[in-house]
Amino acid sequence: MAIAIPLPARRRRPITRRLPAMLALLPAAFAVIVVYLGCMLWTVRLSFTSSRMLPTMDFVGFDQYARLFSNARFLISVQNLVVFGALFLIGCLVLGFLLAAFIDQRVRAEGTLRTIYLYPHAMSFIVTGLVWQWFLNPTLGLQKLVQDAGWQTFTFDWLVNREMVVYTLVIAGIWQSAGLIMAILLAGLRGVDEDLWKAARVDGIPTWRVYYSIVLPILRPMLITATVLLAIAVVKVYDLVVAMTNGGPGIASEMPAKFVMDHLFERSNVGLATACATFMLVTVIAVLAPWLYTQYGPSRRRTA
Amino acid sequence: MSAVSVREVTVAFESVRVFDGLSIDVEQGEFLVLLGPSGCGKSTLLNAIAGLLEIETGQIWIGERNVSWEEPKDRGIAMVFQSYALYPRMNVRGNLSFGLKMAKTPKAEIERRVAHAAAILQIEHLLDRRPDQLSGGQRQRVAIGRALVRDAAVFLFDEPLSNLDAQLRNELRVEIKRLHQRLGSTTMIYVTHDQIEALTLADRIAVMKDQLIQQLGTPAEIYHRPVNLFVAGFVGSPRMNFIEGRLEQAGNGLAFAVGDRRLPLDGYEFGVRPEAGRPATLGVRPEHLAANGIGNWPGFTAEIVEPTGADNLVLCTDGALSLEVRMPGERTITPGTPIALGVDAHRVSLFATGSGERL
Amino acid sequence: MTAAAPAGRRPKHVTWGRVGVYAFLICSAAFFLLPLWIMLLTSVKTMDEIRLGNILALPTDPTFQPWIAAWSQACTGLACDGIQVGFWNSVRILIPSVILSILVGALNGYALCFWRVRGADLLFAILLIGAFIPYQVFLYPLVRLFSVLGIYNSLAGIVVVHIIFGMPIMTLLFRNFYSSLPRELFNAARIDGGGFFTIFTRVMLPMSTPMLIVATILQVTGIWNDFILGLTFAGRENLPMTVQLNNIVNSAQGERAYNVDMAATMLTALVPLVVYFVSGRWFVRGIAAGAVKG
Repeated sequence: MAIAIPLPARRRRPITRRLPAMLALLPAAFAVIVVYLGCMLWTVRLSFTSSRMLPTMDFVGFDQYARLFSNARFLISVQNLVVFGALFLIGCLVLGFLLAAFIDQRVRAEGTLRTIYLYPHAMSFIVTGLVWQWFLNPTLGLQKLVQDAGWQTFTFDWLVNREMVVYTLVIAGIWQSAGLIMAILLAGLRGVDEDLWKAARVDGIPTWRVYYSIVLPILRPMLITATVLLAIAVVKVYDLVVAMTNGGPGIASEMPAKFVMDHLFERSNVGLATACATFMLVTVIAVLAPWLYTQYGPSRRRTA
Repeated sequence: MSAVSVREVTVAFESVRVFDGLSIDVEQGEFLVLLGPSGCGKSTLLNAIAGLLEIETGQIWIGERNVSWEEPKDRGIAMVFQSYALYPRMNVRGNLSFGLKMAKTPKAEIERRVAHAAAILQIEHLLDRRPDQLSGGQRQRVAIGRALVRDAAVFLFDEPLSNLDAQLRNELRVEIKRLHQRLGSTTMIYVTHDQIEALTLADRIAVMKDQLIQQLGTPAEIYHRPVNLFVAGFVGSPRMNFIEGRLEQAGNGLAFAVGDRRLPLDGYEFGVRPEAGRPATLGVRPEHLAANGIGNWPGFTAEIVEPTGADNLVLCTDGALSLEVRMPGERTITPGTPIALGVDAHRVSLFATGSGERL
Repeated sequence: MTAAAPAGRRPKHVTWGRVGVYAFLICSAAFFLLPLWIMLLTSVKTMDEIRLGNILALPTDPTFQPWIAAWSQACTGLACDGIQVGFWNSVRILIPSVILSILVGALNGYALCFWRVRGADLLFAILLIGAFIPYQVFLYPLVRLFSVLGIYNSLAGIVVVHIIFGMPIMTLLFRNFYSSLPRELFNAARIDGGGFFTIFTRVMLPMSTPMLIVATILQVTGIWNDFILGLTFAGRENLPMTVQLNNIVNSAQGERAYNVDMAATMLTALVPLVVYFVSGRWFVRGIAAGAVKG
């Protein structure tokens, strides 16, 4: 006679076995719960208060946000973020890709060239900002150099020009980060099957066309990752601005990150600052979420 | 006029000189296999013929044209690679037609050629799929298809079956042979390290080692009259048995002597008749050792029996010598059975000890 | 056989295409090297020369005076003891931060990889996402928290901050590394009787040398170059070199001593540059490991 035997209940490992692992992960748990989640939520909460120098736990609805979006400094900082972000992104990707593609042509002194393109990335944004501030100094820098060399009418006073100062940030930013993109894309290019190049040669496909039709599509995931990383760096930009222009002239090169810092510490307006910080958070999530979804979402097709 | 002629070619490859004046001629419509172990230079030679590697000295002729300086696309060749090298983001149709589009072939002609190749290789139903949606065997067919649409006079294969599992390899091997028969006048040069592929596919085989062609001949020649020890040992599975011994005077002729055993060499075709007394290596293939009771070399015992279904591979030993023998599969042999081996002097190969050259 | 001339053109090694490639690469190299060159030049000129205005001119009378001034006399806010103060502060911040953040990262990676702890994967996911979010989102509550704990504006505070914000990438690095090791290693150690920490210290850590090198490079560069965290959490006695540098240059009164400024900038850039040039390929490995997530 058949007896129905119940399936044994899932045996749980005794907790003592897992205790050391759990202990080891305590710092991570602390970091995640207290800092990454807790502090973030608290910042958002504070943005709904009227806190000035110290936190006040009241609730003023969207007051701070209304104030934020009518604040000239903030509005300019957002505009700068968009302009800087777009140009910085495109500039780094294009320059980084061209450098990687050209180095991939089996050039001599490849190692030296790579070292030269990548070293700015090893330096602090403060250093970068200060160096470029000096180089673009209107009275003693690039402008004077070119004028003395003969082109008397040459002007490059972008650093003190309200309209153009953002572009100086773009140049310095690209100088610092293009090498990084080059390094990432070069690794990707090196991963392309060598036989693919041979097949393209036998098929008679010109080199530029190979890059355009065959290699770039292969590199697409890497390009997207690089773009996301760059975009995140754009939102975070603070050190560079402080060193190079300190938001100036006036407020012409303000950035949201700097806005937050200024209002947290110097201007003692915690409510406004946290509203701006929450704005930055939302922006980052808006960039991150689609990318995460395409990387790890349900529609991930398994490749053969 | 040969279809492909390599004349006194030296290739400089990453500051190393490969080949020192290598020459080889391939006949029209021939299926030539370059066979050898890794590092022997077979792929280098193929790439040089294709124009993917520059030659330092010498010439390469394809048909009546000296193509030594030509780009691969202008040489009238097509190539199939070990890793298939399909363009990953295009579908099969795109892969097949991309090269033709680059050459500004008219659209109607492209479609005709693609349809034709797809029909021959039975990949019509795959035309809209992408490479990552295909199996290994299908990908290799598409790679061959890409070569087919070029309507080239010379096809170059660089170890195309190495990435496939054993069964697929056998299937596609037959396909390639069928393709060659069907295309008739197309010359095919095929690189592999697998001697079974070489023996089954080739009209002629060039066995290579250390950037030198050891022997160029038909499969039968390579198999039955290997020109040196290396070729003899490389081709044929299970491997040829090698016995070290010496040549002795035996009446008017020579005999091979090892230990107490003698093998009269009256039936053996010497290239240059050697002197008696010199050391020599005797090579005899497992299937050329008779084991049916009467033999000129008695006194062996079966030590290890490996049944393969069709045959039994029996390692026979007499204490001093161990020889692998192929016996019919229906016979059951148990270890310990006494065996008398028959060695036929017509079928053996003799090599000079030291140089390895055939005597 | 007739020696007919080969069809087609003789393959040239120097084509217009290659010239263009090299031209582009060399121009780019000049673009990247120019600021460094200018920085070096300016730092050894006298102020008279600088006022003449030719930023690319070689110094007629090179002097290391600006460097000495930068190191020991430059004014950072209240004190005028030079940037050496910042240098040593950075060193004092660097050493514990690097060691502890790497250790924590390795431990996390190890635990995540080999030990099934419930919720650990979720923890890791949140950690990774958190790495993308700007510091400003966490900053103020963290400041208040540290005040309450008494470590705000202290060395301990800044070290803890570096551990927290270094955790995502350090954990990612080691987790990916350990998952590339054969699991049999771990199983063999378990059978031999090893426990959590024993296996970590005796088996895994000794095998982690390549990752330890990469992690060290990443952390040394990142922590030395940090500005905002040091500014906020280190406290006046521990301000790192980057903060001091910014003070020296941007808060000077009267005419700026550009040569001293550039000398100070070079000094600040020195440590990460040395690490960069010495580490070579390891630096690139660090980037690859960090940038290629998951």
